[in-house]
Amino acid sequence: MYQILNDKPEKVATLSGIDFIYPDAKGGVAALQGVNLDINEGEFVCVLGPSGCGKSTLLKIIAGFLKPSCGEARMGNEIIKGPDWHRGVMFQDPTLYPWLNVQDNIAFGLKMRKFPQSQIKRITDQYIELVGLKGFEKSKPYELSGGMKQRASLARTLVNKPTMLLMDEPFGALDALTRQNMQDLVREIWMKTGNTVLLITHDVDEALALATRIIVMSRSPGRILKEFAAEFTYRISGSEHEMVRYKPEYMELREEILKIISSQNERLKLSQHNPKILLERK
Amino acid sequence: MIIANIRGKSEKLLTPLTIVIILTIWFIATTLKLVDPKLVPAPQSVWAALLDIMRNGYKSHTLPQHLAASMQRLVAAFLEAVVVAVPLGLASGYNSKIRAIFEPLIEFYRPLPPLAYYTVLILWLGIENESKIALLFLACFAPVYISCASAVMKIKEDYINNAYALGANKWQVFFHVIFPACLPDMFTGLRTALGVGYTTLVSAEMVASSSGIGWMVLDASRYLRSDIVFLGIVIMGITGILLDKVIQIIEQNIVPWKGKE
Repeated sequence: MYQILNDKPEKVATLSGIDFIYPDAKGGVAALQGVNLDINEGEFVCVLGPSGCGKSTLLKIIAGFLKPSCGEARMGNEIIKGPDWHRGVMFQDPTLYPWLNVQDNIAFGLKMRKFPQSQIKRITDQYIELVGLKGFEKSKPYELSGGMKQRASLARTLVNKPTMLLMDEPFGALDALTRQNMQDLVREIWMKTGNTVLLITHDVDEALALATRIIVMSRSPGRILKEFAAEFTYRISGSEHEMVRYKPEYMELREEILKIISSQNERLKLSQHNPKILLERK
Repeated sequence: MIIANIRGKSEKLLTPLTIVIILTIWFIATTLKLVDPKLVPAPQSVWAALLDIMRNGYKSHTLPQHLAASMQRLVAAFLEAVVVAVPLGLASGYNSKIRAIFEPLIEFYRPLPPLAYYTVLILWLGIENESKIALLFLACFAPVYISCASAVMKIKEDYINNAYALGANKWQVFFHVIFPACLPDMFTGLRTALGVGYTTLVSAEMVASSSGIGWMVLDASRYLRSDIVFLGIVIMGITGILLDKVIQIIEQNIVPWKGKE
């Protein structure tokens, strides 16, 4: 049916029995507990959960920024020991380097990997074009709008042709219109390149609009509560466009996911009487 | 933007206006003999003193020679301090063991008044330039070291993580990310260092010297040449502003992104 549903999907990354405990004075706060997850080639996985559910921690473990307290994170057959360019990371706050212009920021990875100058120029130009930043090559990051920064940030990750793209709430700080543009761009690039993507979000609609698989996580300690397959992303890119959002099957899945998330909040509310949580239910 | 522009314009007027008013009060007070000219010389006699020592010099050195003697000490000490303090500060920020060695030493001597240990430096290095440069070196060292160390420690973790995830190795992270990311704070340290160095210089020349702008002022005060004392103070002030401007211009060219992240 779709390119990802080959007879036997190739596993790109495997998490098995992951626990993560942030050390503190009282002996530690458990951020993740018993997380098992396989990510297959070409998948677009969205991890959805309330804030503070450890979803960023999960991404940092796959990226190699954090070592799990317990369990194993593998990429292919190798245990992930630290960050490397095979797993490109895009942060919520675009970490473009202000001392480099857009072009040099995008070329950063290739330069660090000592690609020849001519090749760097060619590949960089190609990705500047792809993310629609042509004409802004010489601009400094602080001269760009939030959406353009994230475009540059995306191109910078893509030049390395990473096996896997990890995105930590990449559009969380953008306005609604820009966010949708960026979602369309990411979808388009994903379909074009066949990359494997793991995107973290707290926005159900974002997950439904992009994911082929949605993982819903519980509040701390973060556990995987439920997984859903989704295919709205293909329909949005097809003839149905944004109308998909009004289809009954979309609404049903949306309701179901929201119900799981809000039951988490109810439980917490009852146990802690914390008024702040109520605000986050939206 | 518009409000900022208007404010900018009126501020540009206020500064020269203040100077003109002070000069006028000064002129009137001395012309009407409201103050003793031995204590407050008239502006015109300060101007005459300037012309005189530009041409004939003060005690065997011309004014440019006095200034050059001072600047030579300051610049030599400042550059030496930068060369030593920047790498040491960055290393201290990067590595807690290096920090544990150097930080207490610097925290100890930094609050000491420079003239307190200047006497020791004179005993060790003599009364000539060496002791002064050593004193200024120490004065400039602390601000540069501290700004570099704290710049490394407060660097955004994502900047570094991101570089690793893009394929950089440890050295590349240091030279391509940590060093440039620290430049804005480093320049703040350099400006502070030059300011501290300059005030220390003038005091050092007042304690023991036979040339330099600070010495000229002290010597003139012994002979009640208040015109020269005033002139010296004005020159010190203007030189200080110019030195700071030079660093500011360099800063704007090297770290144009400062404050815009």
